[in-house]
Amino acid sequence: MADKNDNILEEVSGSEYKYGFYTDIEMDQAPPGLTEDTIRFISAKKNEPGFMLAFRLKAFRHWKTLKEPDWAHVAYPPINYQDLIYYSAPRKRPKYDNLDEVDPELLETFEKLGIPLDEQKMLAGVAVDAVMDSVSVGSTFKKTLAEHGVIFCSFSEALQKHPDLIKKYMGSVVPYTDNYFASLNSAVFSDGSFAYIPRGVRCPLELSTYFRINAANTGQFERTLIIAEEGSYVSYMEGCTAPIRDENQLHAAIVEIIAHKDAEVKYSTVQNWWPGDKEGKGGVYNFVTKRGICEGDNAKISWTQVETGSAITWKYPSLILKGNNTIGEFYSVAVTNNKQQADTGTKMIHLGKNTRSTIISKGISGGQSNNSYRGLVKTGRKAENARNFSQCDSLLLGDQCGAHTFPYIDVGNRSSIVEHEATTSKISEDQLFYCLQRGIDMEGAIGLIVNGYAKDVLSKLPMEFAVEAQKLLSISLEGSIG
Amino acid sequence: METTYTSLTKDRLLELYQKEQKAIRGQATPMVNRIRQHAFTRFRDNGFPTTKQESWRFTDLRPLLNTEFAFDFSNQSRNIDVDKLFTCDVYDLDTFSITLLNGWFVYKHAPLTRLADGTIIGSLAKAMEVYPGIIDQYIGRAAKPDQYEMAALNTAFLQDGLFIYVPEGAHVEKPVQLINIANAEHPVFLQPRHLIIADKGAKLTLVHCDHSLTHNISFTNTVMELYAEENAVVDHYKIQNKGRNSALVTNNFFHQNKNSRLSSNIITLNGGFTKNIVDVSINHSDCLSEHYGLYLVDSNQHVDNQLNIDHVAAHSRSNQLYKGILDDDATAVFSGKVLVRRHAQQTQAHQNNKNILLTDNAKANTQPHLEIYADDVKCSHGATVGQLDPEAMFYMRSRGLCERTARQMMMIAFASEVVQKISIEALKKRIHNMVEKRLKGELSICDQCVLHCNSKEPTTFNIDLSKL
Repeated sequence: MADKNDNILEEVSGSEYKYGFYTDIEMDQAPPGLTEDTIRFISAKKNEPGFMLAFRLKAFRHWKTLKEPDWAHVAYPPINYQDLIYYSAPRKRPKYDNLDEVDPELLETFEKLGIPLDEQKMLAGVAVDAVMDSVSVGSTFKKTLAEHGVIFCSFSEALQKHPDLIKKYMGSVVPYTDNYFASLNSAVFSDGSFAYIPRGVRCPLELSTYFRINAANTGQFERTLIIAEEGSYVSYMEGCTAPIRDENQLHAAIVEIIAHKDAEVKYSTVQNWWPGDKEGKGGVYNFVTKRGICEGDNAKISWTQVETGSAITWKYPSLILKGNNTIGEFYSVAVTNNKQQADTGTKMIHLGKNTRSTIISKGISGGQSNNSYRGLVKTGRKAENARNFSQCDSLLLGDQCGAHTFPYIDVGNRSSIVEHEATTSKISEDQLFYCLQRGIDMEGAIGLIVNGYAKDVLSKLPMEFAVEAQKLLSISLEGSIG
Repeated sequence: METTYTSLTKDRLLELYQKEQKAIRGQATPMVNRIRQHAFTRFRDNGFPTTKQESWRFTDLRPLLNTEFAFDFSNQSRNIDVDKLFTCDVYDLDTFSITLLNGWFVYKHAPLTRLADGTIIGSLAKAMEVYPGIIDQYIGRAAKPDQYEMAALNTAFLQDGLFIYVPEGAHVEKPVQLINIANAEHPVFLQPRHLIIADKGAKLTLVHCDHSLTHNISFTNTVMELYAEENAVVDHYKIQNKGRNSALVTNNFFHQNKNSRLSSNIITLNGGFTKNIVDVSINHSDCLSEHYGLYLVDSNQHVDNQLNIDHVAAHSRSNQLYKGILDDDATAVFSGKVLVRRHAQQTQAHQNNKNILLTDNAKANTQPHLEIYADDVKCSHGATVGQLDPEAMFYMRSRGLCERTARQMMMIAFASEVVQKISIEALKKRIHNMVEKRLKGELSICDQCVLHCNSKEPTTFNIDLSKL
């Protein structure tokens, strides 16, 4: 087993992309192309209630009227949406009560990914709902969660078991008319995760979902919905890896979070989709719409993200601070190398009184990559005493890369205070010299300095993630210094 | 020739251009007319900027365009004695003063003056006849009609404006003061065009004031191209103190050559609708480019400052500091962009925008953008929107100052960071006074531009106490 793993790793060019492999599982696919029939096919295949199909069709009709946005600071060849496959599901649906019955190849995949579906998980205290090409194949710790009344399952399962919740909340934060990719997702989304934390419950486990793109040419359209009822707390983790593939893969997900009165949601992501090879060939297009709403008073939502992958990232986890005294946080580290392009940031929309938000964004660009921060801070007329602090720093690691900052600040009343500051500079020669002189090699030194630079954000991640993220940062930056 | 009236729609303007082509083209050099033709094509294709464009998102021209504006293609105000109309009241400001009335150069002796050191100051229209060589070498090189619609419109109709050529090594001791006056019975649409060249090692200080004499509606769309050649030092001040009914679009294009120093100050004290575009190309190394701005707006005034600084060459520094105080229903926009290109290593660029909102109806939108493609740079930007610091306020109150005085002192201190950058003593004092008056509410109540109060009588202000 160990030997086999080693061989595989060697085959996929060492540490260039640690998680590059391809699992051959038979797929139950929709024919390529996007028509109303495709949508009906997806809906029928998943045995969805009527309102869902109606929602999808409405979204699809709206999508057809939209034009692909071009304002982001990224460039890519046009996507032919008719060439994509919009649904693919593993044909053999494993039974979860006994691991032996699961397709052994699938288990192997998980093992390579480092998802411990067994006792290790118990020690780590994490419940995993692994999504393998759009359909959930594993859920653990359901019992513990069920005891507390927490619902954590795949989106399709929730659609069958809790249609009322879905009907009430789906599209309430990200409407199907929101933007081009959100409309597309609303029309064709395959599956995703659903979490519901009942009133006053502090979720005993950190909920975690591993997304994974697998079949060639499959657009992955995930949809996540997290609802935190009054006074509840949940920490949610999302991690992504994808296998090496030649053609660009489209990933257009939606994440919606609703936090009611006094609730707190902590959402952490480590995103490590395949970024393409050194020439920028292949790689995932990550066009994601993430938004949370602090619906009730005193609610709090925080986004923490570590972005190291994807050929193109287009992602702005946003927050609407609707209730009074609500808090929004956004912590981000975005690393781009080789020919990667990232246009990422956040939106903080202050509507309630005494709302507070913090934005810490650290961009690191190496190779010939482009890394942009794009953020909006908006305070409404009635958002008295709103407070925002934003800091966006960029670190440049080569003379071929670009780092850009595009903040937008719209203030609509006199009692708000909004501050934004940003710096862009290269890695300090003095710090490098100090490390080298202590016998640390160049790459080690850069890894060390970059990790220190990103520490503000990494320290916000849950423990298990923080360790992984630090390693990822070092791996992502290999070969970035010319 | 008769004055033409038209509303500002693209079709009407295109028609007007075709009709008046002969008068517009007039004595311009073939080169100028070529540039004009190109700009006309751009305007025909693009029309007026709309709020769908990023840089005009919060600044809507549409309400202005419906007025029937008067156009003057043949300089009908040439015989007016300006001194009777206007005297600058910055008493001890010793300047070489030049007046543009309704977009046309007005002169007492000659349209072009040649100073002892070879400096040429005068009318652009005349300069096109007398110095076509200089004109053709420079005009249209800095302005970007492809990128800026309003600059394209100006270029298409360009006829007259200020022309300054400072030859190699010449230092113009006195500041040159350009007073741009709108005075007409009817709403007027003015498009002055200025061309300023500071040749190698030259030194020039230019003060540019915009005034209106009547309360009539006026719309001014200015383009200035300023070239600072190697080692040149240029200070540029723009003082905007217009009536409520005026609209002002300023397009300032700066080209900086090696080791040149530029300082640009834009001070907006009054103006119904103001859009200032500053576009700087730093094409050669070792330049210093400083940009300061101050805007104090109230009622429903709107001011939009847009800066684009393009660092093409290495070892240059740029600095932007824009501050504003917004009262009543005023709105302000700041969109600054610093572009550091691949070869512009060792660039230092700083950008700062600070706003104070005094009411809940005032709105500030700020977008300080950095776009950086070189690695060995030091760039930073900051933006704040807020109110006066309550702790400082408490400190002053605890020292026995009443709230109003404390508030005014703090606002004046806030504004003076920019005012202090003015290097002409008399002007600095004057602006400081104006800012003080403005912040005490006197200017806005007076609703009159004090700079051109012509009467010998002391100005009296009817202060509305309920406003204070």
